[in-house]
Amino acid sequence: MNDEAEFLEYVQAGGLVETGDWMPDEYRARLVKFIEMHGNSELMGVLPEREWILRAPTLQRKLALTAKVQDEVGHAQLIFGVVEDLGKPRAQCLADLVTGKAKFHNVFHYPTHTWGDVGVIAWLVDAAAIVSQKALLKCSYAPYARIMKKICWEESFHILHGRDVVLALVTGTDAQHELVQEALDRWWGPLMQFHGHPIPAGEDPMVVWRIKSQGNEEARQQFLDGYVPQVWELGLTLPDPELRRRDDGVWEYTEPDWDELRAVVTGGGPCTQDRLDLRRRFLEQEAWVREAVLA
Amino acid sequence: MIFEVFRQEKKGQPFAHAGSIEAPDGAFADAWAREQYGRRGESEALWLVPRVAVREVHDFPDEFDLKYRRVDGYSLKVRLKEARERAGTNPSRAR
Repeated sequence: MNDEAEFLEYVQAGGLVETGDWMPDEYRARLVKFIEMHGNSELMGVLPEREWILRAPTLQRKLALTAKVQDEVGHAQLIFGVVEDLGKPRAQCLADLVTGKAKFHNVFHYPTHTWGDVGVIAWLVDAAAIVSQKALLKCSYAPYARIMKKICWEESFHILHGRDVVLALVTGTDAQHELVQEALDRWWGPLMQFHGHPIPAGEDPMVVWRIKSQGNEEARQQFLDGYVPQVWELGLTLPDPELRRRDDGVWEYTEPDWDELRAVVTGGGPCTQDRLDLRRRFLEQEAWVREAVLA
Repeated sequence: MIFEVFRQEKKGQPFAHAGSIEAPDGAFADAWAREQYGRRGESEALWLVPRVAVREVHDFPDEFDLKYRRVDGYSLKVRLKEARERAGTNPSRAR
Protein backbone atom coordinates (compact mmCIF):
# COMPACT_ATOMS: atom_id res chain seq x y z
CA MET A 1 0.00 0.00 0.00
CA ASN A 2 1.45 3.38 -0.95
CA ASP A 3 -1.61 5.47 -1.68
CA GLU A 4 -3.05 7.96 0.80
CA ALA A 5 -6.71 7.37 -0.07
CA GLU A 6 -6.27 3.62 0.22
CA PHE A 7 -4.45 4.03 3.54
CA LEU A 8 -7.22 6.24 4.92
CA GLU A 9 -9.84 3.70 3.92
CA TYR A 10 -7.75 0.97 5.54
CA VAL A 11 -7.37 2.71 8.93
CA GLN A 12 -10.98 3.86 8.96
CA ALA A 13 -12.09 0.28 8.46
CA GLY A 14 -10.14 -0.68 11.60
CA GLY A 15 -6.80 -1.50 9.93
CA LEU A 16 -3.69 -1.38 12.12
CA VAL A 17 -0.35 0.11 11.17
CA GLU A 18 3.12 -1.04 12.25
CA THR A 19 6.34 0.97 12.37
CA GLY A 20 7.80 -0.43 9.15
CA ASP A 21 4.61 -0.06 7.11
CA TRP A 22 4.22 2.66 4.51
CA MET A 23 2.22 5.60 5.87
CA PRO A 24 1.30 9.04 4.50
CA ASP A 25 3.54 11.91 5.67
CA GLU A 26 0.58 13.65 7.27
CA TYR A 27 -0.30 10.57 9.31
CA ARG A 28 3.30 10.22 10.51
CA ALA A 29 3.57 13.93 11.35
CA ARG A 30 0.31 13.89 13.32
CA LEU A 31 1.36 10.77 15.19
CA VAL A 32 4.73 12.28 16.13
CA LYS A 33 3.19 15.54 17.33
CA PHE A 34 0.46 13.87 19.36
CA ILE A 35 2.56 11.08 20.88
CA GLU A 36 5.42 13.47 21.64
CA MET A 37 3.02 15.75 23.52
CA HIS A 38 1.81 12.73 25.45
CA GLY A 39 5.40 11.85 26.39
CA ASN A 40 6.13 15.45 27.36
CA SER A 41 3.04 15.48 29.56
CA GLU A 42 4.10 12.33 31.40
CA LEU A 43 7.52 13.84 32.01
CA MET A 44 6.29 17.30 33.03
CA GLY A 45 3.36 15.84 34.96
CA VAL A 46 5.63 14.44 37.63
CA LEU A 47 6.96 17.86 38.58
CA PRO A 48 3.88 19.10 40.49
CA GLU A 49 3.85 15.81 42.40
CA ARG A 50 7.60 15.69 42.91
CA GLU A 51 7.24 18.92 44.90
CA TRP A 52 5.26 16.93 47.49
CA ILE A 53 7.47 13.89 47.96
CA LEU A 54 9.39 15.58 50.78
CA ARG A 55 6.19 17.02 52.27
CA ALA A 56 3.98 13.92 52.12
CA PRO A 57 2.10 13.46 55.42
CA THR A 58 3.17 9.86 56.14
CA LEU A 59 5.90 7.46 55.03
CA GLN A 60 3.28 5.33 53.26
CA ARG A 61 2.09 8.32 51.25
CA LYS A 62 5.65 9.34 50.46
CA LEU A 63 6.41 5.88 49.05
CA ALA A 64 3.16 5.73 47.08
CA LEU A 65 3.78 9.16 45.58
CA THR A 66 7.37 8.24 44.69
CA ALA A 67 6.07 5.08 43.00
CA LYS A 68 3.58 7.15 41.00
CA VAL A 69 6.36 9.49 39.88
CA GLN A 70 8.42 6.48 38.81
CA ASP A 71 5.44 5.11 36.86
CA GLU A 72 4.92 8.38 35.00
CA VAL A 73 8.60 8.72 34.07
CA GLY A 74 8.46 5.11 32.90
CA HIS A 75 5.49 6.02 30.69
CA ALA A 76 7.49 8.90 29.23
CA GLN A 77 10.32 6.47 28.39
CA LEU A 78 7.96 4.07 26.62
CA ILE A 79 6.24 6.86 24.74
CA PHE A 80 9.45 8.57 23.60
CA GLY A 81 10.58 5.14 22.33
CA VAL A 82 7.51 5.07 20.07
CA VAL A 83 8.24 8.59 18.82
CA GLU A 84 11.87 7.63 18.17
CA ASP A 85 10.77 4.67 16.04
CA LEU A 86 8.64 7.09 14.01
CA GLY A 87 11.75 9.08 13.21
CA LYS A 88 12.18 11.77 15.86
CA PRO A 89 15.09 11.10 18.25
CA ARG A 90 14.48 11.34 21.99
CA ALA A 91 17.21 13.97 22.40
CA GLN A 92 15.37 16.16 19.90
CA CYS A 93 12.08 15.67 21.78
CA LEU A 94 13.72 16.75 25.03
CA ALA A 95 15.41 19.72 23.37
CA ASP A 96 12.10 20.87 21.86
CA LEU A 97 10.43 20.46 25.23
CA VAL A 98 12.87 22.56 27.25
CA THR A 99 13.03 25.30 24.63
CA GLY A 100 9.23 25.57 24.76
CA LYS A 101 8.81 24.53 21.12
CA ALA A 102 6.81 21.41 22.00
CA LYS A 103 3.69 21.43 24.14
CA PHE A 104 2.50 19.52 27.19
CA HIS A 105 -0.96 19.15 28.72
CA ASN A 106 -2.59 22.18 30.35
CA VAL A 107 -3.05 20.59 33.78
CA PHE A 108 0.70 20.35 34.36
CA HIS A 109 1.25 24.10 34.17
CA TYR A 110 -0.42 24.86 37.52
CA PRO A 111 0.91 25.07 41.08
CA THR A 112 0.12 22.63 43.88
CA HIS A 113 -0.77 24.61 46.98
CA THR A 114 -1.61 21.89 49.48
CA TRP A 115 -1.74 18.12 49.95
CA GLY A 116 -5.36 18.47 48.82
CA ASP A 117 -4.09 19.33 45.34
CA VAL A 118 -1.99 16.17 45.31
CA GLY A 119 -5.09 14.07 46.02
CA VAL A 120 -7.20 15.86 43.44
CA ILE A 121 -4.46 15.54 40.80
CA ALA A 122 -3.93 11.82 41.35
CA TRP A 123 -7.66 11.16 41.42
CA LEU A 124 -9.22 13.48 38.86
CA VAL A 125 -6.38 14.53 36.56
CA ASP A 126 -5.43 10.88 36.21
CA ALA A 127 -9.11 9.99 35.73
CA ALA A 128 -9.42 12.53 32.91
CA ALA A 129 -6.20 11.19 31.40
CA ILE A 130 -7.30 7.57 31.62
CA VAL A 131 -10.47 8.39 29.66
CA SER A 132 -8.26 9.60 26.78
CA GLN A 133 -5.75 6.82 27.18
CA LYS A 134 -8.34 4.04 27.21
CA ALA A 135 -9.62 5.38 23.89
CA LEU A 136 -6.04 5.16 22.56
CA LEU A 137 -6.07 1.40 23.10
CA LYS A 138 -7.95 1.40 19.77
CA CYS A 139 -5.44 3.67 18.00
CA SER A 140 -4.72 2.72 14.38
CA TYR A 141 -0.99 2.92 15.11
CA ALA A 142 -0.48 -0.43 16.82
CA PRO A 143 2.85 0.17 18.66
CA TYR A 144 1.25 3.12 20.48
CA ALA A 145 -1.93 1.17 21.27
CA ARG A 146 0.18 -1.68 22.68
CA ILE A 147 2.10 0.42 25.22
CA MET A 148 -1.20 2.03 26.28
CA LYS A 149 -2.24 -1.27 27.85
CA LYS A 150 0.57 -1.07 30.38
CA ILE A 151 0.05 2.66 30.89
CA CYS A 152 -3.68 2.31 31.59
CA TRP A 153 -2.98 -0.55 33.99
CA GLU A 154 -0.60 1.65 35.99
CA GLU A 155 -2.88 4.69 35.89
CA SER A 156 -5.54 2.63 37.64
CA PHE A 157 -3.26 2.46 40.73
CA HIS A 158 -2.86 6.22 40.62
CA ILE A 159 -6.60 6.83 40.67
CA LEU A 160 -6.90 4.52 43.68
CA HIS A 161 -4.05 6.32 45.40
CA GLY A 162 -5.66 9.70 44.68
CA ARG A 163 -9.09 8.60 45.80
CA ASP A 164 -7.61 7.19 49.00
CA VAL A 165 -5.85 10.49 49.73
CA VAL A 166 -9.09 12.38 49.10
CA LEU A 167 -11.15 10.00 51.26
CA ALA A 168 -8.66 10.30 54.11
CA LEU A 169 -9.00 14.09 53.97
CA VAL A 170 -12.78 14.24 53.67
CA THR A 171 -13.17 11.89 56.64
CA GLY A 172 -10.72 13.99 58.67
CA THR A 173 -11.10 17.36 60.34
CA ASP A 174 -13.13 20.20 58.84
CA ALA A 175 -9.87 21.86 57.87
CA GLN A 176 -8.78 18.74 55.97
CA HIS A 177 -12.15 18.52 54.23
CA GLU A 178 -11.69 22.14 53.25
CA LEU A 179 -8.29 21.37 51.68
CA VAL A 180 -10.00 19.07 49.18
CA GLN A 181 -12.79 21.53 48.46
CA GLU A 182 -10.30 24.33 47.80
CA ALA A 183 -8.21 22.12 45.54
CA LEU A 184 -11.32 21.07 43.57
CA ASP A 185 -12.27 24.72 43.12
CA ARG A 186 -8.79 25.42 41.73
CA TRP A 187 -8.62 22.37 39.45
CA TRP A 188 -12.12 22.32 38.01
CA GLY A 189 -11.45 24.93 35.32
CA PRO A 190 -8.31 23.21 33.98
CA LEU A 191 -10.04 19.80 34.22
CA MET A 192 -12.94 21.02 32.08
CA GLN A 193 -10.46 22.35 29.51
CA PHE A 194 -8.39 19.15 29.54
CA HIS A 195 -10.16 17.26 26.73
CA GLY A 196 -10.06 20.26 24.41
CA HIS A 197 -12.52 22.09 22.19
CA PRO A 198 -15.68 20.19 21.32
CA ILE A 199 -14.65 19.74 17.66
CA PRO A 200 -17.14 17.37 15.98
CA ALA A 201 -15.43 13.96 15.71
CA GLY A 202 -15.96 13.89 11.92
CA GLU A 203 -13.97 17.11 11.54
CA ASP A 204 -11.15 16.16 13.89
CA PRO A 205 -8.25 14.90 11.76
CA MET A 206 -7.03 12.83 14.71
CA VAL A 207 -10.31 10.93 14.69
CA VAL A 208 -10.41 10.77 10.89
CA TRP A 209 -7.00 9.00 10.83
CA ARG A 210 -8.27 6.88 13.73
CA ILE A 211 -5.32 7.97 15.89
CA LYS A 212 -7.97 8.88 18.45
CA SER A 213 -11.07 6.74 18.61
CA GLN A 214 -13.32 9.32 20.24
CA GLY A 215 -14.01 13.02 19.90
CA ASN A 216 -13.08 15.55 22.58
CA GLU A 217 -16.60 16.13 23.81
CA GLU A 218 -17.29 12.42 24.03
CA ALA A 219 -14.24 12.11 26.30
CA ARG A 220 -15.36 15.02 28.49
CA GLN A 221 -18.87 13.58 28.82
CA GLN A 222 -17.42 10.22 29.83
CA PHE A 223 -15.25 11.92 32.45
CA LEU A 224 -18.18 13.91 33.85
CA ASP A 225 -20.47 10.91 33.91
CA GLY A 226 -17.90 8.77 35.69
CA TYR A 227 -16.58 11.21 38.25
CA VAL A 228 -18.97 14.06 39.06
CA PRO A 229 -21.30 11.71 41.00
CA GLN A 230 -18.25 10.40 42.90
CA VAL A 231 -17.32 13.97 43.86
CA TRP A 232 -20.84 14.91 44.89
CA GLU A 233 -21.38 11.84 47.06
CA LEU A 234 -18.52 13.01 49.30
CA GLY A 235 -20.38 16.23 50.11
CA LEU A 236 -18.01 18.22 47.91
CA THR A 237 -19.16 20.79 45.40
CA LEU A 238 -17.92 21.78 41.96
CA PRO A 239 -17.61 25.46 41.09
CA ASP A 240 -20.03 25.45 38.16
CA PRO A 241 -23.68 26.37 38.80
CA GLU A 242 -24.65 25.10 35.32
CA LEU A 243 -23.27 21.61 35.89
CA ARG A 244 -26.06 19.02 35.71
CA ARG A 245 -26.95 15.73 34.10
CA ARG A 246 -29.93 15.98 31.77
CA ASP A 247 -32.57 13.25 31.62
CA ASP A 248 -31.05 11.99 28.36
CA GLY A 249 -27.71 11.49 30.13
CA VAL A 250 -25.87 14.44 28.59
CA TRP A 251 -23.97 16.71 30.97
CA GLU A 252 -24.47 20.45 30.74
CA TYR A 253 -21.81 22.83 31.97
CA THR A 254 -20.51 26.36 31.64
CA GLU A 255 -18.33 26.83 28.57
CA PRO A 256 -14.71 26.16 29.60
CA ASP A 257 -12.30 29.08 29.34
CA TRP A 258 -10.65 28.33 26.00
CA ASP A 259 -8.55 31.51 26.14
CA GLU A 260 -6.99 30.29 29.35
CA LEU A 261 -6.29 26.89 27.74
CA ARG A 262 -4.54 28.51 24.78
CA ALA A 263 -2.52 30.88 26.92
CA VAL A 264 -1.43 28.07 29.26
CA VAL A 265 -0.34 25.50 26.67
CA THR A 266 1.54 28.07 24.62
CA GLY A 267 3.83 28.81 27.56
CA GLY A 268 1.81 31.27 29.63
CA GLY A 269 0.74 29.05 32.52
CA PRO A 270 1.47 30.07 36.11
CA CYS A 271 4.26 27.46 36.46
CA THR A 272 5.23 26.86 32.82
CA GLN A 273 8.55 28.67 32.83
CA ASP A 274 9.65 27.48 36.29
CA ARG A 275 9.00 23.88 35.40
CA LEU A 276 10.71 24.14 32.02
CA ASP A 277 13.68 25.82 33.75
CA LEU A 278 13.90 22.92 36.18
CA ARG A 279 13.75 20.36 33.36
CA ARG A 280 16.41 22.27 31.43
CA ARG A 281 18.67 22.57 34.45
CA PHE A 282 18.52 18.83 35.10
CA LEU A 283 19.03 18.00 31.44
CA GLU A 284 22.24 20.05 31.47
CA GLN A 285 23.32 19.00 34.94
CA GLU A 286 23.03 15.31 34.08
CA ALA A 287 24.58 15.44 30.63
CA TRP A 288 27.78 13.94 32.08
CA VAL A 289 25.86 10.84 33.20
CA ARG A 290 24.61 10.18 29.69
CA GLU A 291 28.08 10.76 28.30
CA ALA A 292 29.69 8.45 30.86
CA VAL A 293 27.17 5.68 30.27
CA LEU A 294 27.43 5.88 26.50
CA ALA A 295 31.23 6.20 26.45
CA MET B 1 20.95 -0.08 21.71
CA ILE B 2 17.32 -1.01 21.53
CA PHE B 3 16.21 -4.25 23.13
CA GLU B 4 12.89 -5.93 22.46
CA VAL B 5 11.40 -7.25 25.68
CA PHE B 6 9.36 -10.44 25.83
CA ARG B 7 7.43 -11.07 29.01
CA GLN B 8 6.17 -14.29 30.52
CA GLU B 9 3.31 -13.48 32.83
CA LYS B 10 3.01 -16.83 34.59
CA LYS B 11 5.08 -20.00 34.59
CA GLY B 12 4.28 -22.16 31.59
CA GLN B 13 2.83 -19.33 29.51
CA PRO B 14 4.34 -18.17 26.24
CA PHE B 15 6.68 -15.20 26.18
CA ALA B 16 4.83 -12.34 24.51
CA HIS B 17 6.29 -9.11 23.20
CA ALA B 18 5.90 -6.46 25.90
CA GLY B 19 7.67 -3.48 24.39
CA SER B 20 11.17 -2.18 23.88
CA ILE B 21 13.74 -0.34 25.94
CA GLU B 22 16.82 1.63 25.03
CA ALA B 23 19.96 0.90 27.00
CA PRO B 24 23.70 1.30 26.41
CA ASP B 25 24.44 -2.39 27.06
CA GLY B 26 23.04 -5.66 28.34
CA ALA B 27 23.61 -4.94 32.03
CA PHE B 28 21.72 -1.65 31.89
CA ALA B 29 19.06 -3.32 29.77
CA ASP B 30 18.53 -5.98 32.47
CA ALA B 31 18.19 -3.38 35.19
CA TRP B 32 15.81 -1.16 33.24
CA ALA B 33 13.69 -4.04 31.97
CA ARG B 34 13.34 -5.24 35.57
CA GLU B 35 12.02 -1.80 36.56
CA GLN B 36 9.83 -1.28 33.51
CA TYR B 37 8.29 -4.75 33.23
CA GLY B 38 8.66 -6.46 36.59
CA ARG B 39 8.40 -4.10 39.50
CA ARG B 40 4.81 -5.02 40.36
CA GLY B 41 5.40 -8.74 40.18
CA GLU B 42 3.62 -8.83 36.83
CA SER B 43 6.25 -11.04 35.20
CA GLU B 44 7.62 -14.50 35.80
CA ALA B 45 10.55 -13.96 33.44
CA LEU B 46 11.74 -11.63 30.69
CA TRP B 47 13.66 -12.23 27.47
CA LEU B 48 15.71 -9.33 26.18
CA VAL B 49 16.73 -9.45 22.55
CA PRO B 50 18.76 -6.78 20.76
CA ARG B 51 16.46 -5.39 18.07
CA VAL B 52 19.18 -5.87 15.44
CA ALA B 53 19.05 -9.62 16.15
CA VAL B 54 15.36 -9.88 15.35
CA ARG B 55 14.68 -11.27 11.89
CA GLU B 56 11.32 -10.41 10.41
CA VAL B 57 9.31 -12.49 7.97
CA HIS B 58 6.14 -11.03 6.54
CA ASP B 59 4.84 -12.67 3.40
CA PHE B 60 3.38 -16.12 3.28
CA PRO B 61 2.45 -16.78 -0.36
CA ASP B 62 0.34 -19.81 -1.17
CA GLU B 63 0.46 -19.79 -4.98
CA PHE B 64 -0.81 -23.34 -5.32
CA ASP B 65 -3.65 -22.88 -2.84
CA LEU B 66 -2.59 -25.87 -0.76
CA LYS B 67 -5.92 -26.48 0.91
CA TYR B 68 -5.00 -29.88 2.30
CA ARG B 69 -2.94 -28.04 4.94
CA ARG B 70 -5.98 -26.26 6.29
CA VAL B 71 -9.27 -27.29 7.86
CA ASP B 72 -11.20 -25.72 5.00
CA GLY B 73 -9.47 -28.23 2.71
CA TYR B 74 -11.63 -31.05 4.04
CA SER B 75 -15.31 -31.05 3.18
CA LEU B 76 -16.70 -34.19 4.79
CA LYS B 77 -20.39 -33.43 4.47
CA VAL B 78 -21.24 -35.14 1.20
CA ARG B 79 -19.13 -38.22 1.80
CA LEU B 80 -20.37 -38.57 5.37
CA LYS B 81 -23.97 -38.53 4.14
CA GLU B 82 -23.21 -41.19 1.59
CA ALA B 83 -21.41 -43.35 4.14
CA ARG B 84 -24.31 -43.13 6.59
CA GLU B 85 -26.83 -44.03 3.92
CA ARG B 86 -24.78 -47.04 2.98
CA ALA B 87 -24.43 -48.11 6.65
CA GLY B 88 -28.13 -47.45 7.27
CA THR B 89 -27.43 -45.37 10.43
CA ASN B 90 -29.76 -42.59 11.55
CA PRO B 91 -28.28 -39.26 10.52
CA SER B 92 -30.18 -37.34 13.23
CA ARG B 93 -28.55 -39.40 15.98
CA ALA B 94 -25.15 -40.02 14.48
CA ARG B 95 -22.81 -37.03 14.23
